[in-house]
Amino acid sequence: MSEITVSAAPPLPAAAEKFKFYGLWLAAAIVLLLLPRIFGSGGSLTTFSLIGISIIFSLSYNILLGQTGMLSFGHAVYYGLGGFLVIHAINILSANKLPIPLPVVPLIGGLTGLAFAALLGWVSTQRSGTAFAMISLGVAELIASSALILRTFFGGEAGISANRTKLLKLFGWNFGPQIQIYYLVAAWTLIAVIAMYALTRTPLGRMCNAVRDNPERVQFVGYNPHVVRYLAFCFSGFFAGIAGALAAINFEIANSAYLGAVQSGTVLFATYIGGIGFFIGPIVGAIFVTFLSLGLSDLTQVWQLYFGLIFIAVVLFAPGGITGLLMMHRPLLKAGTLSRMLPSYAIALLPTLAMIAGGILSLETIVHYTVNPGDDSHIKAFGVSFDAASPYIWAMAAILLIGGYLVARKTWTWVGHAWDDATSVAREKGIAP
Amino acid sequence: MTAAIELRRLEKSFGEVSIIRNISLSVAQGERHALIGPNGAGKSTTFNLISGYMAPTSGNVLLRGEVISGLPPYQINRRGLSRSFQVTNVFANMSVWENLRCAVLWSTGQRYAFWKNIDNLPDVRDRTAQILTDINLTARRDVPAGLLTYAEQRALEIGITVAGGADVILLDEPTAGMSRAETERAVALIRRLTEGRTLLIVEHDMSVVFGLADRISVLVYGQIIASGTPEEIRGNPKVREAYLGEEAA
Repeated sequence: MSEITVSAAPPLPAAAEKFKFYGLWLAAAIVLLLLPRIFGSGGSLTTFSLIGISIIFSLSYNILLGQTGMLSFGHAVYYGLGGFLVIHAINILSANKLPIPLPVVPLIGGLTGLAFAALLGWVSTQRSGTAFAMISLGVAELIASSALILRTFFGGEAGISANRTKLLKLFGWNFGPQIQIYYLVAAWTLIAVIAMYALTRTPLGRMCNAVRDNPERVQFVGYNPHVVRYLAFCFSGFFAGIAGALAAINFEIANSAYLGAVQSGTVLFATYIGGIGFFIGPIVGAIFVTFLSLGLSDLTQVWQLYFGLIFIAVVLFAPGGITGLLMMHRPLLKAGTLSRMLPSYAIALLPTLAMIAGGILSLETIVHYTVNPGDDSHIKAFGVSFDAASPYIWAMAAILLIGGYLVARKTWTWVGHAWDDATSVAREKGIAP
Repeated sequence: MTAAIELRRLEKSFGEVSIIRNISLSVAQGERHALIGPNGAGKSTTFNLISGYMAPTSGNVLLRGEVISGLPPYQINRRGLSRSFQVTNVFANMSVWENLRCAVLWSTGQRYAFWKNIDNLPDVRDRTAQILTDINLTARRDVPAGLLTYAEQRALEIGITVAGGADVILLDEPTAGMSRAETERAVALIRRLTEGRTLLIVEHDMSVVFGLADRISVLVYGQIIASGTPEEIRGNPKVREAYLGEEAA
């Protein structure tokens, strides 16, 4: 190998970069350890646990969607089956007093997800695109309806429950208190995130990207795209099973909702809103969507409607998701032109917020008249009380919505100009492509 | 010596329509063989049949004496036959480096490994760097393939085709749509990269064909009407009438 060709390869990471890389994981571990010291209430510990579970589930989904280009409408199948098997496993383990502690149990969920993905995936991964999406939907419906029919295993409507504290104690922990469950979830989240990140940096992980981009060409460099998709599907099922297992341990129950279309839809939302093009996208999405679903349901009756609107807005205006939006600004930050964007953002913020407020006011008024027309017209949404029957409110909603939109549209054009300006400077400096 | 590629009474029809009508052809090892003919003669279909993209209706394709027709493309590729595409067919969202690396992986025995760090494979790294240097895209290493210029994408296409080290290379119109200067560079590249390998090339540019090929076959309406050295083909009256004559006129 000559000197010239060696230098053609990208430089191997220097010691400082490696240090930074491992430091990042170490920092994540320390943050997870210290979080309960700062937010120690039962409620926040539950929220953190749910976020951890959602992060594993969303990342497992992105192995399919973002990395291999497979759109699944039934990913909850592997999450749910992992959860059910774990509840049964806990009951069997505690009835027979088998010496297996709770921290190992999520692995049972993972292996369940893996086994079912291996079983159900061979046929569905023959094709990607529409065929795969349709089969995933069919399989999901099949499993979800069996959950209501096969009562002995799935427990019907009520589901099945278990007592997680009856297993072998480890270091005196019985995993009754939420703080212990938090640490269990946090540890598994860190392990799963590292494992899934490592997977993207293997020959299989790179061939997954190749299959996503061009499955036809993959065949002509010696790889069978079906096998690549199948292996990705199996890994995805494994990590989904771990997430389902942690959920079952957290709630001490598994029911048909675990397997259902809503669960499959939520993971698609979270992953897409976070951004499927980046490894951290689903993590951002999981955090955002968990907070949103917990927060919005307290603020408004029709929180799912807002959820849907946000999803549509992301698909239409920010297909890269939240992470994509943030990453767009990186070249500007490097070129030092990010500050040029700030004034136009500030100007656009006010009319845009006015438009959104007008939209919310209109929506809540319509909801009042369509959903509870007989109730008192003094309603409260997002912590603000108003009279849905008052013509002043209607007028205000209309002015905010229409006026806000008209002004906001102008300011968005300014944002566009500022953007072109800032990126062209970055391009001149050779930073933006 | 067994032929690198041999086509035996190959036929392909779509329903009633017959595209390839009884082709027999033999390409010796180390030979540069060009397939020429008017549009719609079945040149790309022939490539599709050889590379496993389509299965023949009847007849056989042999690679070094072994029947390969009916095998899926990836198995044919693993046996040492690689092809390029007429329309650029790369991994558009991945960088040039990633594109070439994917093309190198199978031949270095990585298979579907999910336990190895891809940046820790010196063999893969060296071969990818070698190909990257060969196709003169070192300066564009980290650019997504979809953002390359047309000529660069064509070079990458050839790079992906030869990266796996296949000793039988099929190139489908590698210089189509290129300027004179770009064509000359591409031909020099092809000559260099296929040194010591067997090359079957479809090309419309006659200066490329006559400059590069050891032997030429002329395909018209799904049949080979002549096969021979460039001189023989140039002097063949049937070829002049059916094909070359059009250009001479």
